[in-house]
Formats: sequence, C-alpha cells, structure tokens
Amino acid sequence: MTVESTAARKPRRSSKRTSAKTPAKTPEGSGPQLVQLLTPEGERVEHPDFEIDLSAEELRGLYRDMVLTRRFDAEATALQRQGELGLWASLLGQEAAQIGSGRALRDDDYVFPTYREHGVAWCRGVDPTNLLGMFRGVNHGGWDPNTNNFHLYTIVIGSQTLHATGYAMGVAKDGADSAVIAYFGDGASSQGDVAEAFTFSAVYNAPVVFFCQNNQWAISEPTEKQTRVPLYQRAQGFGFPGIRVDGNDVLACLAVTRSALERARRGEGPTLVEAFTYRMGAHTTSDDPTKYRADEERAAWEAKDPILRLRTYLEKQELADAAFFTALEEESEALGKRVREAVRAMPEPDRLAIFDHAYADGNPLVDEERAQFAAYQASFAEEGN
Amino acid sequence: MAVEKMSIAKALNESLRKALETDPKVLIMGEDVGKLGGVFRITDGLQKDFGEDRVIDTPLAESGIVGTAIGLALRGYRPVVEIQFDGFVFPAYDQIVTQLAKMHARSLGKIKLPVVVRIPYGGGIGAVEHHSESPEALFAHVAGLKVVSPSNASDAYWMMQQAVQSDDPIIFFEPKRRYWDKGELDTESIPGPLHKAAVARAGSDLTLVAYGPMVKVCLEAAAAAQEEGKSVEVLDLRSMSPIDFDAVQTSVEKTGRLVVVHEAPVFYGSGAEIAARITERCFYHLEAPVLRVGGYHAPYPPARLEDEYLPGLDRVLDAVDRSLAY
Ligand SMILES: Cc1ncc(C[n+]2csc(CCOP(=O)(O)OP(=O)(O)O)c2C)c(N)n1
Repeated sequence: MTVESTAARKPRRSSKRTSAKTPAKTPEGSGPQLVQLLTPEGERVEHPDFEIDLSAEELRGLYRDMVLTRRFDAEATALQRQGELGLWASLLGQEAAQIGSGRALRDDDYVFPTYREHGVAWCRGVDPTNLLGMFRGVNHGGWDPNTNNFHLYTIVIGSQTLHATGYAMGVAKDGADSAVIAYFGDGASSQGDVAEAFTFSAVYNAPVVFFCQNNQWAISEPTEKQTRVPLYQRAQGFGFPGIRVDGNDVLACLAVTRSALERARRGEGPTLVEAFTYRMGAHTTSDDPTKYRADEERAAWEAKDPILRLRTYLEKQELADAAFFTALEEESEALGKRVREAVRAMPEPDRLAIFDHAYADGNPLVDEERAQFAAYQASFAEEGN
Repeated sequence: MAVEKMSIAKALNESLRKALETDPKVLIMGEDVGKLGGVFRITDGLQKDFGEDRVIDTPLAESGIVGTAIGLALRGYRPVVEIQFDGFVFPAYDQIVTQLAKMHARSLGKIKLPVVVRIPYGGGIGAVEHHSESPEALFAHVAGLKVVSPSNASDAYWMMQQAVQSDDPIIFFEPKRRYWDKGELDTESIPGPLHKAAVARAGSDLTLVAYGPMVKVCLEAAAAAQEEGKSVEVLDLRSMSPIDFDAVQTSVEKTGRLVVVHEAPVFYGSGAEIAARITERCFYHLEAPVLRVGGYHAPYPPARLEDEYLPGLDRVLDAVDRSLAY
C-alpha cells in the first residue's frame, strides 16, 4: 500500500535547521530566588522578606497536620490496592506545600482545589472520609463546598483557576476582605484556562492567590515539557508578583502564602506562588513512574522530606518530646482505622440517584426517563419474587 | 496472509507504527505519548523507535495540541493527536469546531487538513468523572469533520491506516473498555472503506445498529435472542459521520425492525438521526417504530452506577422484545 503525502513542498532553506530539542532544565529550586526558612537539615534560616514567628504549639500543630495527612494518604493508597477505591491521587511529598498554604488561610477565605489537595482539605476541616467518595465511585464530590469554603475537586486540568478568579472578582465587588486561593500543578500551567485566569485576575485586580505545586511532573512529563522559564516568573508578564518557595518547607509555605493572601486582602491583586516540591509517589494509582523516572531522583528528594525536616527541628530545639510523637503515632493509627472503616461502610448509591440533581429546576425529560428507569428496575424485582 | 490474534490496543499501536514507517510526514502528538506510551499504552515504544521529533510529548494543553496540529498540517505534516480522555477534549473543542472543521471549505478547497484526533471514549472502566463520556454526536453534528469508531482489532488497525491517509480531519473514537479485547487481524488485506458499515452478524427478524463499545453487547444480545428463536442482525456502523445509511436501509428492508444502541445519551444522540433517516427511507418496510437504547439525560454517574446507566444485555433485549411485539 502506498501512502501519498500532501507534503510535497520543498523546505525554503537549504541548510537544515536543527529542530528544537528539549531545552535545558529550568533553574533548580535553590539559591536566592527560593524562599526557605527551614533547611532540609532542619536548621532555621532567615529571609529578608518573609519572617515567621510561631509558638512551639503552632509548630507542633503543623507537624501533626503533616503527619496525619500523610497517614490518611497512605491509608487511601492501601485502600485502592485492596480494591476499595477505584483510584487514588497521592500527595506524598507535598504535605508542607499543602499544610503551609492551608494553615495560612482564614475561615472566610475560599479554596479551589485540584484532585490532590487532601492536606488543604484537612486544614479546612473537611472530613477526610468525604474525599474518598469520588475515588470509590459512589459520588462526584460528597461535600458541600460552602460548609468549609472548600470547593469540589476539579479533575479537568486548570478549569478551577478561572472559577477562583471569578469568585475573587465577586469578593471584591462585595467589598469583602476575604481572599481566594486556587491550587494547580506545573502541568496545568500550560492550559489556556490558567493563562486566562492570570489575565482576568490582573485586569480586575482580583484578590486571588495562585498556588502552583510544581511537583516536577505532569504524569510522565517533566516540567521542562511545560515551560522554559521558572513558573513563578510567568506572573511578571501578566503584571503581578510571582514567588518561588521551597515547597518542602512548611514554614516558608506558610509565610509566603500568608503574605500573598494579605496582599490580596489589601486590594493589591493576585500573586503567583510556585511551591517547588516533588511528587514522591506515582501520579495516581494507575500510573507507573518506572517507565519515565529514575529512582535516584526520588531518592534525592527523599532527603528533603518535609515531615522529617520539621521533626529534626522540633527535636533539636526540644520543642516536642517523645510523648508528643508517641501520642501522634497513636492518633495516626486511629485516623487510618477510622478512614478504613468509613470507606467500607460507605453505602452504595441509590440507583435512581443517576437522575438526582441533573437540573435545579427539574426537567420533564429527566422525570420521564427516571420513571421509565424505575419501572424497568422494578420489573426485575417482580420477576425475582 | 499474516493473520494474528491481538487486542484492539495492540492493533492501534501496530497501525500507528506502520503509519510512521510508511510516511515520514506522519507525526504522533499528545500528553504522555512518548516515554510512557500514553496512559493506555497505545503509543508504547513508538518514541523509542521514531524519536522525539516524530512522537511528540506536548505540553498539557488540548487547545494547543489541536491548534498546533492544524499548523503542522498546513505545513504538510499529517499529525495524529491523542486526547487523553473523552472529557478532556473540550479545551480543544474550539479549535476542532471553529478551525479544523471549516478551513477546507473556507479556503475553497485549497487547504487540506489531514489531522486525526484520537479520543479514548465511553464508560465501563470504573473511572472518575470526565473519563467515561461519549461525545460523538457533538462532533458528528459539525460539518467538515468525519467521525469513526472501530469495534474490533481488525477495524482498529485498518481504520487507523485509512484515517491517517484521509485528507479530511477525522475524529477517531477508541472504545476504551474494549482496548484489551482480542480479535483476528490480517495486516495484509484491507477489509473495506473507512465509512462503510459492516454486518457483524446476519439475521432476519430485526436489525440492531451499534458502533464501538456497543457492538459487542449487541452481538451478545443477538446470540441470546437466537436461543429464544429470534434472528437478529447486528450492523456495526463503524462511521458515525458520514453514516452508511444504505447499509442500514438494506438491513431494515430485510428485517423490518430497527433498534439503535449507543452509550451516549439518547436525547439528541446519533440514534435520533438514524431513526429519522431510516423512517424516511424505509417507511413502508418498517413493522415497528425505530427504537433507541442509550444513556440518560443526566451527567455520567459515579462508577458504582455506571452499569445501570450503560445499556447492557437486558436493556437491548428488552428493546428487541418491544420492537417484535408491535
Ligand atoms: C484538560 C485535561 N487534560 C488531561 C487530563 C489528564 N491528566 C490528569 S492529571 C494530569 C497531569 C497533571 O499534572 P499537573 O498539572 O502538574 O498536576 P499534578 O497531577 O502533578 O499535581 C493529566 C494530563 C486532565 N485531567 N484534564
């Protein structure tokens, strides 16, 4: 079989251009442009623009949040392996980015997450078992976004950044002083929606913080396949500040997010925060990172583990004693058990739920199909009798 | 003759490999299509063998993927792009509908856009939201696009070859829950033209029309009906735009009864189009109104309810009985 190509044209240049190769890696996450307050070795360092002063109790609180979030995440991963969940998107390695930013929020702030913000949900007081319904396949969300100002998970990449921007525009119109935060990944930064969110938020001076967790990968694609400049630098072109923070440093994430939220509250508009972090596990439980990622890379990032680093600091500074860690371990186990039991006890959805909430004001076609469906299901029950 | 048994996924992979080998202008583009070989591994090993210039991992931007594929096609390339899942084609829908579909006509035929947009579609794999949709009618409704879907390995292989060679943009829907179904494939003899329907099973009492993932269900329904003494013909449409109405007409003139089955919602779905045309063409042959079986006018439900939502054997047989009862 022959295939005729429509590409009969000759190249205009005789000298063949070298085709664009993958550019050099974007600058590593280190150096003066990376805000860090706690080194990987667990040493406190100062930053001229961002300071933080936390009590021992607050520091232990952040540690507890990270440990429990990791435990919850590990339990969900295990539940997926046991067939209790259809899928799970783990946040392993991103605890500091999520807890740091999540604890910077005020109750009246509003959060627009992706599908991986389990730590932020924790900070908002969303019961973690609620997060599992969609991964188990019993619902598409399972919590009321307005109870905790924590929107439903968004799976279509980048969409929520526009919702966050619009919500923030509404906040500003209302004259309220709350702020809005939108989470997304490094891969999402390529989406048109995200660029449009940057444009709108800048033009309307919306009180929104864009919190990008650059975990280095979008499924199999490294950040270099999305951008040739460090992501935080993008903001400049849209007319608002961008900051890169050590995403494995919970203190720096807290300080930087707090400052960005305050800026939004003061009516000074959006900020892009790039939390430079790492996805230690697979993209989701369906993914196989061995196909595209070297083991050494993960090992290098393990040395920067966000939880270990705070633990070292707490221990060195004698801010937490053995009893604290033991009690937390027990609390973790209890959380794991509660989650496990809650998932197994989740009721199967009612069949007619397919038709529930398709419309707010109802729709005769839906009513008709619902009635037909119910009658059809009932016919089996009769046969069975 | 080189007949082999292989899965639809493997057949697509072999077909794309063949396309890359045959024509240096063929390109594969999409998210994760390179090292990972795509989330369904349809492009497995192709980047390794053809290089990053031909099998291109793109940024995570569907509008960008289709929009740049249009540009590459304008420059003489033949891009085959992958949209990772059905529900993620919508950022690219603008480029597909306003640009890809219309440029040939706008240029009075001067421009050809041989772009294939591959979309794994449909439910039945227990996925989360946006991973189980059947948006084929949204594309078939747009003039300038052609829309096809194979139901078996042989068609997967050959239809992909034909789609790549077509000078029209083709939306190539891959029935994802059938990816791992195996079937016989002869890589040397072309089964038929791209837009021609095929009789998947002959019968005389009633015609079931389906495509993609529903062909298998209809074949099972026909086999079950046979046990009750009913002879059901199954027509595999293969192409949803254009539709081979002649083949449907021929079958309906023989059987007098038609049931159209698809996963997509019935309301404004392809079944409506087929029912209307066949009623026009076969008014005096029909012994019963054309019936449709498909999804409901409700968002695709969470995974635990998808078996209720998707047409299964019982719902198809129920429609067969209703039609025969007229
Ligand atoms: C519009 C759209 N395209 C493709 C996908 C499939 N997909 C799900 S997650 C993902 C990678 C996301 O990477 P990133 O934005 O970096 O976030 P991460 O998952 O790494 O946190 C892709 C391609 C999707 N969900 N939505």
